[in-house]
Amino acid sequence: MTAFSMTDLATVAPEIFLAVLGLALLMAGVFRGDRASGWISWAVVAGFAAAAGLVWQGGGARALAFDGLYVSDAFSLFMKQLTLLGSGLALVLSIRFNDREGIARIEYPVLFLFATLGMMTMISANDLLVLYVGLELQSLCLYVVAAYRRDSVRSTEAGLKYFVLGALSSGMLLYGVSLIYGYTGTTRFDVLVEQVAGHGAPALGLVVGLVFLISGLAFKVSAVPFHMWTPDVYEGAPTPVTAFFAAAPKVAALALFARVLVGAFGPLVEQWSQIIVFLSIASMALGAFAAVGQTNIKRLMAYSSIGHMGYVLIGLAAGNVSGLRGLLIYTAIYVVMGIGTFACILCMRRQGRTVEAIADLAGLARTHPMVAFALAIFMFSMSGIPPLAGFFGKFYVFMSAIEAGLYVLAVLGVLSSVVAAFYYLRIVKVMYFDEPDAVLDRPIGGTLAVVLAGTSTFTLLFFLAPGPLLARAQAAAAALIGG
Amino acid sequence: MLQIGLSHFLTVAAVLFALGIFGIFLNRKNVIVILMSVELMLLAVNINFVAFSTFLDDLTGQIFAMFVLGIAAAEAAIGLAIIVVYFRNRGSIAVEDVNVMKG
Repeated sequence: MTAFSMTDLATVAPEIFLAVLGLALLMAGVFRGDRASGWISWAVVAGFAAAAGLVWQGGGARALAFDGLYVSDAFSLFMKQLTLLGSGLALVLSIRFNDREGIARIEYPVLFLFATLGMMTMISANDLLVLYVGLELQSLCLYVVAAYRRDSVRSTEAGLKYFVLGALSSGMLLYGVSLIYGYTGTTRFDVLVEQVAGHGAPALGLVVGLVFLISGLAFKVSAVPFHMWTPDVYEGAPTPVTAFFAAAPKVAALALFARVLVGAFGPLVEQWSQIIVFLSIASMALGAFAAVGQTNIKRLMAYSSIGHMGYVLIGLAAGNVSGLRGLLIYTAIYVVMGIGTFACILCMRRQGRTVEAIADLAGLARTHPMVAFALAIFMFSMSGIPPLAGFFGKFYVFMSAIEAGLYVLAVLGVLSSVVAAFYYLRIVKVMYFDEPDAVLDRPIGGTLAVVLAGTSTFTLLFFLAPGPLLARAQAAAAALIGG
Repeated sequence: MLQIGLSHFLTVAAVLFALGIFGIFLNRKNVIVILMSVELMLLAVNINFVAFSTFLDDLTGQIFAMFVLGIAAAEAAIGLAIIVVYFRNRGSIAVEDVNVMKG
């Protein structure tokens, strides 16, 4: 047991900064009331940017803090910056939406901030206890923001369903953690690796614990068969909250998945790899087929995100450096595409009211040519058509699956992305070739236009300079496998 | 005389945990019962932690159990708050009425 020192505090500086900022903004909000929600939201966005700077300043060198409970390395650097980007953009999208809907309150940005703090804790966890505390900090905030529009039946029902199934998954995860602790005598990831590697066949209790842990985590990334909550929560929650759900928590849960399986249970790869292959195939298939009949665009995006998680898990099933690199690249591109698509969905208003049916997009190309163009880019990119960014994400995970000898997985992935292309292209067809029955409102608002321009430019022009992202993903993946 | 060992504690915890899971899935009446089932699951996990902690002669499990208790309290508070806002909108918290969205 070592004493607590200043270097520990330096390692967790971004988290401490966010926690203190959150408490200060809550106090400010109490005294100023809901009129202050605008500037508090911008203060949280600025806080996210500053935290990303602190994470950057910490560098990618591996550092342990608090007696090995907490780790900071190139992997956590990559994932934390991605989480902060996703949360920040989702919050920017919310500000004008909440104002117009008359639901702007000071708690909203602060809940975003604490949820993001929980995600950063999950990403840096090096111990099952820290993992659990970070996961719950994130989940408890997300339950509340899902039910944020408290006078709407749909939003509160989304919150209720998310809460019940989320609590169930936390319980399963925790039961798995208790078995892992009992059969290895430790909760620290770096000690777990040695314990697991030391003996020949793992104890049955340990494997059962690992299965419970994986099912808890699969729930958080909404992989089939733990996806039941996703369509309802995506549909019911306010649209900017759905954008947030689609981006940031997925990143954090994937980081946790990779760190637990590759970092702590790397020697048991034969045991968990089959489970991940199953989750991946089931998610890709359900994401491709269940989305075909959807009429609500938010529900469609829910199935689409289930499918995308299937592709990401291919990289994890491969379990090598190139697989993890594919996972990181796919996640980064997915966050940008997801935020961009939801920015387009936020443009869908008619006479001041939000509309969510795919049919409402009819004739968008004539009434809002720029929005239609951006949404077409995102849809082509999500279906994986080169040279858009989404193609590269799929390319790297499929390549890693082939390298690892998972041919069936790669072939099924390509086939399901062909099926999924049907519903993505249907949206493009509705926008460009159907006759509009009523015109959507304009203008769409400055911040929304900026977010839309940024994300669509990234998606469109990613192929010109993929180098920096590739290099950083490579460094992050190598840090996890090596350390 | 029967010696109570680790396996007895683990069996009790496993039974309680299974009861919690079945409580969530088989319950068709009231959302509050679901909340109670979640608590039951977390308490089963705590029995596991404390039993392992005693038999391994290691304090980590007991510390973990304290954290679980604290977080379970926060979770129950948030769950009840969500149930209250849902009841205000819908006028019912029967499980079969939670069906505005299919799924």
